[in-house]
Amino acid sequence: MVDPVFVGIAVLTVGSAIVALETRELIYGAIGLAVSMLGIAGFFLLLDAPFVAMFQIAVYVGAVAVLIIFAVMLVRTQALFSMREDKGRKLGGIILMLVLMGGLGAALLASGLNTQNSFTAPPVDFTAIGEEMLTYYSPALVVLGLVLAGAVIAALALARREDVEQKDERAN
Amino acid sequence: MNELIDFLIVSVVLVAVGIYGLVVKRNAIRMLISIEIIANAANLNLVAFSRYTGNIQGQVFALFSIAIAAAEVAIGLGLIIVAYRLYKEIDVAEFRSMRG
Repeated sequence: MVDPVFVGIAVLTVGSAIVALETRELIYGAIGLAVSMLGIAGFFLLLDAPFVAMFQIAVYVGAVAVLIIFAVMLVRTQALFSMREDKGRKLGGIILMLVLMGGLGAALLASGLNTQNSFTAPPVDFTAIGEEMLTYYSPALVVLGLVLAGAVIAALALARREDVEQKDERAN
Repeated sequence: MNELIDFLIVSVVLVAVGIYGLVVKRNAIRMLISIEIIANAANLNLVAFSRYTGNIQGQVFALFSIAIAAAEVAIGLGLIIVAYRLYKEIDVAEFRSMRG
């Protein structure tokens, strides 16, 4: 028995992932990525992980997709269209994709993971995530905060324009 | 009722699509999008196995993975902006100053 909600979300996720890679305009690609991430959040809800689903929406749809859209807007439009695509490379990529899908899919279907009624374990309570984060994983949480702070500072340092700043200083 | 194998198959398809994008596309932003698709397939696997084993650790690891991916996108886009400023181009085939 196939769940129609599952099939719908699967088609949405994979379809918009393909749209994100294949559409001509990069900005639609970023929007396709956001829709794909929403589909993944839907899968998390189906897997009884509402906290991870909300985190996914907040971080991916709210931050990552918007960040990519901003970067697309900062880049001159002409640079986005001058993509030379190699037909042979594209064919090779499609073959590689099909081989990966077939190989990994066949391996999964033949493995012991292909069982009926696999989700018999009771769903975990999301309040336990908070407890784990603040007890067992608290050092990892602190390190994660430092990594994020370092990433933000590094991104700011990378995006600085030293030539413009020096010109301003000279003008003053 | 959904089974574990359904989620794993979707995850495999997403990984394959992401690797296709990474191999074929020469646009730096599209390559970043491919990396995000692959990372999301991995997260889907983590949460699916967390549900399968009835264990909280998979979800916690997925949360950490999502946060790290956000930092990675910030740095990646910063690098792309710098490269665009230098080369006026975001085609990775044009970034050749480090080529031997």
